[in-house]
This record gives sequence, C-alpha cells and structure tokens, in this order.
Amino acid sequence: MSFTVDIAKSVGGTRRRFELRVAFETTASRTVIYGPSGAGKSLTLQAIAGLLVPDSGRILFGGETLFDSGARVHVPARARRFGYLFQDYALFPGLNVRQNVAFGLSSGLRNPPRDAGGEAVERWLDALELREVALQRPDELSGGQRQRVALARALVNDPRALLLDEPFSALDPELRQRTRAELDRLLTRIGIPIVMITHDPEDIGWFGERTLYLRDGGIHERPANDPQGP
Amino acid sequence: MTALITAPDPAVWITLGLTLKVAAWATGINLVLGVAVGWLLARKAFPGRELVDAILTLPFVLPPTVLGYYLLVVIGRRGWLGSWLYDTFGINLIFTWQGAVIAASLVAFPLVLKAARTAFEAVDPQLEQAARVLGLGEWAVFFRVTVPLAWPGILAGTLLVFARSMGEFGATLMVAGSIPGKTQTLSIAVYEAVQAGQDSIANTLVLITSVTCIVVLLLAGRLVPPGTRR
Repeated sequence: MSFTVDIAKSVGGTRRRFELRVAFETTASRTVIYGPSGAGKSLTLQAIAGLLVPDSGRILFGGETLFDSGARVHVPARARRFGYLFQDYALFPGLNVRQNVAFGLSSGLRNPPRDAGGEAVERWLDALELREVALQRPDELSGGQRQRVALARALVNDPRALLLDEPFSALDPELRQRTRAELDRLLTRIGIPIVMITHDPEDIGWFGERTLYLRDGGIHERPANDPQGP
Repeated sequence: MTALITAPDPAVWITLGLTLKVAAWATGINLVLGVAVGWLLARKAFPGRELVDAILTLPFVLPPTVLGYYLLVVIGRRGWLGSWLYDTFGINLIFTWQGAVIAASLVAFPLVLKAARTAFEAVDPQLEQAARVLGLGEWAVFFRVTVPLAWPGILAGTLLVFARSMGEFGATLMVAGSIPGKTQTLSIAVYEAVQAGQDSIANTLVLITSVTCIVVLLLAGRLVPPGTRR
C-alpha cells in the first residue's frame, strides 16, 4: 500500500503564521516522519487522517484519492478507515475499557453498553492483555495500559493503515523500550502499513523502514546534519 | 388577631401546580435552546459571535419589566409576531400561561447559555477527533462524546433555570398578568396577598415557595456529580 502526499496548509493568526509544505510518496510498510516539535508533523498526520483540510494539494492511499483540492475531493475522516493513535491516547474518560475498545464498532447515537463484547473486542482484549482491566475507566489505568487500550480501539475496526502520533512520548523511559518491542511484534503479526511521527531518534531504528525528515515546514530525505545533505 | 399561617386554600395548590408547570416548560425549552446555541457559540467561529453572546445575555442584566415590555411589543396582540400569530392561527399569548412560559424562558435563558457554552468549551476537541477517525458521523460525535462530557455543566445550568423560572415575577406579570388559577404564579400571588393585606395567606405562600425551592436545590445537589468528572 502506498501513500502519496503533496499538500500545503497555512495555519495560525495574523501575528504568528506557519506555512506547511509537505510532499512525499512512500510504499514502505513502515514510514517514520521525524522532526523537532513545531515542524508540522502533527498537521501532516491529521491531514492524512482527514482531521485537517489542507489549503491545496492531494492525498492518495493505494491509488484512492482521499483529498484533491483541484477536484474538490475530501473524504471525511470517518470514511477513510485509518486507525489513529493519539499522543496522549484520547481515551473516552466516561467509558470503561470495553466501551472504549468497542466504540468504533457501532456508528449509531448511543455508546456501547458497559459489557460490550463481540468477537473482535474479545480478541483484542486478549491480544493486548486488557481482560483484567476491561471494566475499569481510563483514569484507573497505568500509562502502558492506556496505550494498549488506544491501540485496541484503533485496531478493532480492521483499519487499512495505522497512523501513530508520538506513540511512546507519554511513557516512562524504561517502559518505552519494552513497548517499542511489543508494538514491533504486533505490527509484524497483523501486517498493516503504518505512518509514525516522532521527535525521538530511537524510533527510527525500530520503525523507520523509510524515514522522512520534516523541518522548517518541508520534507527532506536526509537528516539536517547529514554530510551528504541537504 | 389573625392566624400567622392559614391552612392552605385548595387554590394555593392550583397556584403551585401552575408555577411548576410554567417552570418545567421554561426549563425544557431552555435546555434544548441553550444546548444548541451554547454549542454554536463554543464551537463555531463566525463574525459577530461575541455580539450574539452579549445580546443573548441581556436578559440577565435588563430589568424584567423592560423584558416584559419587549415581549409585549413582539408577541402582543398588536406586536409584529403576535398580530401574525393571531391573524393566521387565532393564537393569543398575552394573559395566558403559555405567555408566562415565554417570559420565564427569556429571563432565565442566559443562565443555561453561559453554563452550556463554558461546558462545551471545556470538552477536549481531540476526543471528538478520535470519534471521527473511529467512523462516527457528526450527530453521533455530538451525542456520544460532546454532550456526555459537557453534561454536568449543562445540568447545573438547567437547574438554575428551573429555580429562576419558579421565581420569575416582573416579565411574567406584564405578559401574563395575574389571573388566579390561570396565570397567577406563586411569586405573583405573594405580591397580591401582601397588597391586599392578607398576611397569613402571604405567609403560607412564602413557606410553600421556600420549601419547594429547598427541595429543588437538594435534588440539584444529588443530580450534579461532585466535581466535574471528565
């Protein structure tokens, strides 16, 4: 599966403007977009997910046009069928683990019941070792458990790709390495393509089958200090 | 020497019933309108947003008699809306309990509007984004994520509306008058009793009003969870 991204977006008010200009194409199953905070990584990921509408350009996934300013195409986020792992997980605070995991399985006006189940929910509760805490609320969980709930919630719908926003930054350093290894194994097993944004160079070694360097609102193929640069 | 408190006349219960009916209708109307307008003001940036907020807050600072006068100008028999209603449907709102509902609704509206707007502004937009990525449409996001998170604040505002509607006097008197058993609410009945020198009736009415309000406040304390859960 391939991503083609070529977008421009201008954000902010009159006093402080930020111009994002990102163009890349990737066929790698694991793509890492690396850059310092404030470089526009999150905006790029949000645009891919459909949460942010670029001013111009286009976004394609496996030949399907998700956004094209010229043809006035904007597939809404709900129809793109991507999983999205938010930096601080964005778990629904009033719902227990089961309800969070089952959240995307129904699109009606009511939240899943406290004992929400089904084959997919049970499978992911087991796969990510969440059965013990299935009836607890997010604020009763550890950081690692919260991340696993967010992963289960994103994967239960069988997304076409997984978008990860700084997935390890909210974890303790000692937990970070173990979680990387776990995510690595999980991704190998389920085999869906990912795009990960990060400002931690360690993530490149683990997940950067293809690495893009984002700085000054633009994409580069090499790090800033690379002797073969720019 | 007259008794301090007379045994309640059956008419008192009719007055209490009418007062509760008017307050309940005003609360229901304000709940729907307050949630809708509060959400618009919190989430949609449009030119003149703060001016709209200021105009809708006017009932909080204007004397109720001024509001009553405005209402007579608008929904009175010769008012621009009132004359149309009468000519088209034969509907007259002046000196009716429905007119009292409109007066009470208008006076109490800023209370629920402020509460709802503040509550909606406190909802983390990222949680709504998470729901969109998981496949939810905008109505489902609103009812499954936004409203549950804003609910404690909305509920607190709604209960204030009920209390304020029960005690409404000035605008109600101007629009609905003081027809016993038809438009005479408790607060107006107290005024009439005092004017007529019927102190023991006034005492009874004051006691009933106070007890009713204490019951409402106790209920409010039980309904609104301690601290605003997120």
